[in-house]
Amino acid sequence: MIFAAILAGGIGSRMGGTDTPKQFLDLGNKPVIVHTIEKFVINEKIDKTIVLTPKNFINHTNQLIKEYIPNADDIIVIEGGETRNDTLLNSIRYIEENFGIDDESIILTHDSVRPFVTHRIIEDNIKAARKYGACDTVIPATDTIVESINGETIESIPVRDYYYQGQTPQSFNIKKLFNLIDSLTEEESNILTDACKIFTLKDEDVHLVDGEVTNIKITYPYDLKLANTILEDRND
Amino acid sequence: MINIVYRLKSPKFFEEAIDEIELDGVIVRPTYLSICQADQRYYQGSRPVEVLEAKLPMALIHEAIGEVVFDSEKNFKQGDKVVMIPNTPSGDDVCKANYSYTSKFRGSGFDGFTSDLIKLTSDRVIKIPADFNPHVSAFIELISVAYQGISKFDELAITPKDKLGVWGDGNLGFITALFLKERFPESEVIVFGKHQENLNLFSFADEVYQIHNVSENVVVDHAFECVGSSASQSAIEQIIDLINPQGTINLFGVSEYPIPINTRMVLEKGLTIQGNSRSEREDFIGVVETLKENPNLFEHLEKLITNICEIQSLNDLKEAFDKDYISNFGKTILKWDK
Repeated sequence: MIFAAILAGGIGSRMGGTDTPKQFLDLGNKPVIVHTIEKFVINEKIDKTIVLTPKNFINHTNQLIKEYIPNADDIIVIEGGETRNDTLLNSIRYIEENFGIDDESIILTHDSVRPFVTHRIIEDNIKAARKYGACDTVIPATDTIVESINGETIESIPVRDYYYQGQTPQSFNIKKLFNLIDSLTEEESNILTDACKIFTLKDEDVHLVDGEVTNIKITYPYDLKLANTILEDRND
Repeated sequence: MINIVYRLKSPKFFEEAIDEIELDGVIVRPTYLSICQADQRYYQGSRPVEVLEAKLPMALIHEAIGEVVFDSEKNFKQGDKVVMIPNTPSGDDVCKANYSYTSKFRGSGFDGFTSDLIKLTSDRVIKIPADFNPHVSAFIELISVAYQGISKFDELAITPKDKLGVWGDGNLGFITALFLKERFPESEVIVFGKHQENLNLFSFADEVYQIHNVSENVVVDHAFECVGSSASQSAIEQIIDLINPQGTINLFGVSEYPIPINTRMVLEKGLTIQGNSRSEREDFIGVVETLKENPNLFEHLEKLITNICEIQSLNDLKEAFDKDYISNFGKTILKWDK
């Protein structure tokens, strides 16, 4: 089976000034998260879309889905975790308990705050996850990356050609992902900020899928303002 | 749902844009597209400035096939291969909808097919067999223009159809001649063109002539002008010379300039001039059925494909347009991976 996990667990600490997590703010005339879910729901290759939200937003999310998305039978809303990886684990546990995991099962994990993801990116993720077992959506880095450990002086300037910016989806063979998470030491678990890192830590290949410059993450108030401006531009 | 559209912002400059589509129709992912002269005129900026100002930014391309992603009415299944109809009627018309003032046309009045997804109503989508050659299928729209012109001609012509003359050795001339031969196998199809190397490809035609070297006594009962631009003038002049009385002249070639016509001889011969532009649903169905019945047509049509370009970035799209521009014959096919 093919699953999508929309990770909406974050409380938006970087967004500032608002109590509502950024995924529930409006982009155009619908909340960001609704736009994001729609992209996965229309892809009939995806059997179930699991939306992971903070506990106190489960009812709200269900309400939004009911209001905006017709025929939403394949969408399930469950509670996310403390960290991104806990949220991911929750989705995998839910899949295991309710649908079972076979060798072919894959999961596409996607930030709820990336509503501009394209159908092409989702399709490429499905293909790559099936073929290689793990993939990450990236775009080539355009800014020069500067490494500084003390935050005051430059340690090194890596060759930009080797660097990419990670987007989502990140997609995995679920069985492989599950086994790798199981084998992590506590120390390894603590440094994980990214699901693909689980694979690289264990020397497993993660294939690159081309992202898009438009596949932005709405992190800061500025991003939402920018996204709304771009969306309004279409009516001119 | 949010959709990413790739628009021509100004000549030779594409940009990403955001659009929103409702989930209440058929949603198609474009797979193979084909560049038309009309797209090229926007890309090169050779349309009048006021036209460019009024229409851009706009996504180009109105010839395309795709795969169904989603259909709210479940008439189509996910993965169905389909050809998309660019003409979009908006109401009851007393004429064919491709001639209606109120119809909108993709890549002309509104966004064409260069986007992540396309939403259409069910009647703007025609299923094609999975084994159809995708490169040829990409320009079914162009074939349907020839098809609708031939159908209209069939209804209009009152004199015999023994000798059918096609002027123009480009893509449309090739397709029109091929489909005339298919529709009227007993008729003689004679092609008149400028370029011998192009005319050599018209192996199915009964006779081909270079326009400056036409044998004496050559006449046609009906004529199909597929030349366009300022050269239409000399083509129409030659047609009027060679056509039998009460024949029909079927015009297909687009010109940015007004073309003078020798009306004295039109009157004297009692000729009928019929204009042709675009096509409608029944023409697409007609083409798909004809191709199903005569798969050997694909072999001929494949000869038109001169460039196949894989499009993964806006720069790839630009390069494909540039490549198409310097090709003097044939179609540029875009394998859409953007």
